Amino acid sequence: MQIKVTVNAEPTLMDVDPRESLLDVLRERLQLTGTKKGCDHGHCGACTVHLDGRRVLSCLTPAVQADDTTVATIEGIEGIEGPDGELHPLQEAFVRNDALQCGYCTPGQIMSALACVAEGNAGSDEDIREFMSGNLCRCGAYVGIVAAIRSYAAGQP
Amino acid sequence: MYPFEYRRASTLEQALRMSADLAPAAFLAGGTTLYDLMKLGVERPVTVIDVNRIPELSHLRLSRSALVIGSGVRMSDLADAREVRESFPIIREALLAGATAQIRNMASIGGNLLQRTRCTYFRGTHPCNKRVPGSGCSAREGIDEGQAVLGGSEHCTAVYPGDLATALLALDAAVDVLGPDGARSLALADLHRAPGDRPEQDHTLRPGELITAVRVPATRMRQAYTKLRPRESYSFAWASAAVTLSLHPDTATIEQSRVVLGGLATRPWRVRAVEDWLHGRPLVEAVALEAGRLALRDAEAGRHKAFRIDLGTRAVADALLRAGEQHE
Repeated sequence: MQIKVTVNAEPTLMDVDPRESLLDVLRERLQLTGTKKGCDHGHCGACTVHLDGRRVLSCLTPAVQADDTTVATIEGIEGIEGPDGELHPLQEAFVRNDALQCGYCTPGQIMSALACVAEGNAGSDEDIREFMSGNLCRCGAYVGIVAAIRSYAAGQP
Repeated sequence: MYPFEYRRASTLEQALRMSADLAPAAFLAGGTTLYDLMKLGVERPVTVIDVNRIPELSHLRLSRSALVIGSGVRMSDLADAREVRESFPIIREALLAGATAQIRNMASIGGNLLQRTRCTYFRGTHPCNKRVPGSGCSAREGIDEGQAVLGGSEHCTAVYPGDLATALLALDAAVDVLGPDGARSLALADLHRAPGDRPEQDHTLRPGELITAVRVPATRMRQAYTKLRPRESYSFAWASAAVTLSLHPDTATIEQSRVVLGGLATRPWRVRAVEDWLHGRPLVEAVALEAGRLALRDAEAGRHKAFRIDLGTRAVADALLRAGEQHE
């Protein structure tokens, strides 16, 4: 089935099999491999992207459901808020606060955290922990992740 | 994944027609349960009918008598709705205690009510009567830590995992359904079924029927939802309790209450005996704990699940006491 999706501000037409997940389509067809496949069952959050501005799990989204929507991935966030080639301020906050070790969960953490802040759910450490609970970090960098999100949220107007 | 036919319906009539013509079909809303179970090979519909673009299903309206929630409304939108924050705090509490922000943005209310069990054996490849009728129940001799302590049968002890249905039952909600024989409404209490000798059948909907809305009667009762789980966030309940109650204005004794257990039984589990016992009693800690013990009186401890009977007792007590602290 043919679908029309705007991915990181780029209108894209694709023929997809109804079995394909949005995650697989992003990674395998569009080579947007920043979005990671962790568990493929909605447990880990590594595949978090924004669909029409809301954070969702691309592994549990059949690609056919993304027809006529706008998708933003980690590759698109400079395009959203910063100049090409430079880190987004939230990415910088992750670096400054040691919010990663292996980095595999980080794109999902960033996409989830951007939404968490935009939703107004990053006002306290407690809120951040609760509303980021869908993003697991097996290296256990949680303390840094919470600090990074808090510092980024504090710098927001 | 098994191949299947994908169809998209833009009206309710179209969805029902597709479902009749292309059976066995499954309706797809948020997909967080269905698509996941299709990946595991547990669900194998021949046709998947996408109902996400049917406008009527995403309505939410509050009248003087009821809150009517379209079955396609997303968990996050319902939790954030002004009507819910102001008039049905227990709905918001139960929704935010479930899943994660990402999943709540995806999952629909209809799908949430019909979510399937998280029993490890059901989702795996061991024999399971719910997944493959007649194949046996691996939990009987296996690890029963997370199995139901109430409502099980020799064929199945899989827990109904939802938080929302537990809260909605304490609000005496009803569901509107539409199917080949037309529209009907049934009490939420009659939607889910205990496994008995047909564990493959989780609910009482007829083939081809679609939940279109949930109706929650307006209430002034105090309300609270308590969920106890293996970790602080993002985990299914080991035990939960939803309570709605009203206190006598002069004596502060309990006038009316509804007490529902979640995460402990094969279906949302209302305990009317406890409600009757609570009538006329003062809402103090000793009474709340005794009510909790009474709610779990018939629970089965199995081999590894006795601790959940204690958790259930405390969940009931906590929900009762927290509800009592609220203003009417």
